[in-house]
Amino acid sequence: MTTLPPLLELRNISYSSPGQSSPLLEGVNFILREGRIGLIGPNGSGKTTLFQIIMGLLKADAGEILLQGKVMEQEKDFRKLRRKLGFLFQDSDDQLFSPTVLEDVAFGPLNLGASPEEAQKISISTLEHLGLKGFEERITHRLSGGEKKLVALATILSMQPKLLLLDEPSNNLDPTTRERLIKILRGLDQAHIIISHDLDFLASTCTQLYAIQDRQLVRCEDKQVHSHEHIHPYGDKPHQHGT
Amino acid sequence: MIEEPFAEGNTLFHRRDTRVKLIAAAAITLVLALTSSFLVASTGCILTGMLLALSRPTPSLLLRRIGSVNLFTLFLWLTLPLTYGGDKIVSFFFLDISLDGLRTAALITLKTNGILFCFLALLATSTVANLGHGLEKLGMPRKLAFLLLFSYRQLFVIHQEYQRLQRAARLRGFAPSNSLHTYRTYSYLFGMTLVKSWNRAERVHQAMILRGFNGRLIPLNQPQPCREDYLFLIGMLLISLLLAGIPFF
Ligand SMILES: Nc1ncnc2c1ncn2[C@@H]1O[C@H](COP(=O)(O)OP(=O)(O)O)[C@@H](O)[C@H]1O
Ligand SMILES: [Mg+2]
Repeated sequence: MTTLPPLLELRNISYSSPGQSSPLLEGVNFILREGRIGLIGPNGSGKTTLFQIIMGLLKADAGEILLQGKVMEQEKDFRKLRRKLGFLFQDSDDQLFSPTVLEDVAFGPLNLGASPEEAQKISISTLEHLGLKGFEERITHRLSGGEKKLVALATILSMQPKLLLLDEPSNNLDPTTRERLIKILRGLDQAHIIISHDLDFLASTCTQLYAIQDRQLVRCEDKQVHSHEHIHPYGDKPHQHGT
Repeated sequence: MIEEPFAEGNTLFHRRDTRVKLIAAAAITLVLALTSSFLVASTGCILTGMLLALSRPTPSLLLRRIGSVNLFTLFLWLTLPLTYGGDKIVSFFFLDISLDGLRTAALITLKTNGILFCFLALLATSTVANLGHGLEKLGMPRKLAFLLLFSYRQLFVIHQEYQRLQRAARLRGFAPSNSLHTYRTYSYLFGMTLVKSWNRAERVHQAMILRGFNGRLIPLNQPQPCREDYLFLIGMLLISLLLAGIPFF
């Protein structure tokens, strides 16, 4: 029996920022086996850069990116890759550009060749799925930070990707929206890789943790003991951290 | 924030299709802009003023808008009577005031305000985004519509970046004064605003590419003009015809 090639594989990816002498990433290897992955690492360690390389926004100095076993080389390949991978930016303001929410969510499907009717249908159902019913005609740049994050997620989900790359999605979210996002992510069928400094968030949304350490991507031990401190939003009520 | 306060509301004017309003505004503006008749200009001013009243703008905002435009006409009132010349001159103490100059200043004031009222009633009641789409559907080249929409979007970005930087400077005790330090700080602020807006524009472009953008904005379906829209258009065209016809009676 032959097994399917992994959806995403990185081989020996190296990258140096322009104008920097030492490389940021060196010989990064990764195979997407499990569906829900968390990615941690200090600020400036190259997490966002790695996502940009995967999406073909930055070109690695060396190494290969494989999508379902096929090496991505030219812009044409990456255009195909971008249909399967959705990238949620760290700053939602960078991601929303259409006047209304509906237009923004429909932008991707329209570009992928959906008819206006289909695009509208997909967008409305995506918004509904994220609990954003009634947001269709809202003006994107007037939404609150949390609403922007969820709408940005909708703009990506409406393209029905197979893998989500989420860059610090829980940043600056209030506890309620954060919980809502956790619930949404846990309910999605798609695989995801989440960059976050919020270990509790990762614990509730991911099954496997990777870290960028010494310019490499290393897998963390399955049951690593970690201590954490946090301020409970509602005082001393019992709470769960998930597994 | 740059707001579109006039676009909020639910009057007859807000509900009209943007294309209809664009055509109506173009027709009325054309007549008012080209006329040199006092009667046409003042009738136009009254009619568009009535339209404006029907669109129920917030009075304080409205006054500020009208006031800022009339700052320019005030300037004409101050200069034209003294510089226009002509035969009809009235001496007023040591000033020679040209009656033709006064007449021209008054005519320009009426025309300006008529067009302003018309724009506030018909165009300001739509969002810029809708106007962009409306213009595109009326046959304006797609690239120009795209440019309009994105310039407008980018204006917000630049404004936000500037505010963010200004806040950062103020929080660290920066108080503008007439000093070299102030001018230097402002030049840094403007420079950084440009750099940051450029970077953001680049990230927005990346976000578009990631979602399959290849240079063509495909519009979502928008509602077709309804019967009321056509009736409204006919009404507006009648007004502009009436104005254009006044000199021939
Ligand atoms: N456009 C750029 N030009 C040069 N260096 C950059 C650029 N963007 C990021 N860097 C550098 O690359 C490093 C990694 O950045 P990033 O991938 O954003 O880190 P992380 O997401 O892990 O915080 C940082 O040290 C940053 O200074
Ligand atoms: Mg980052």
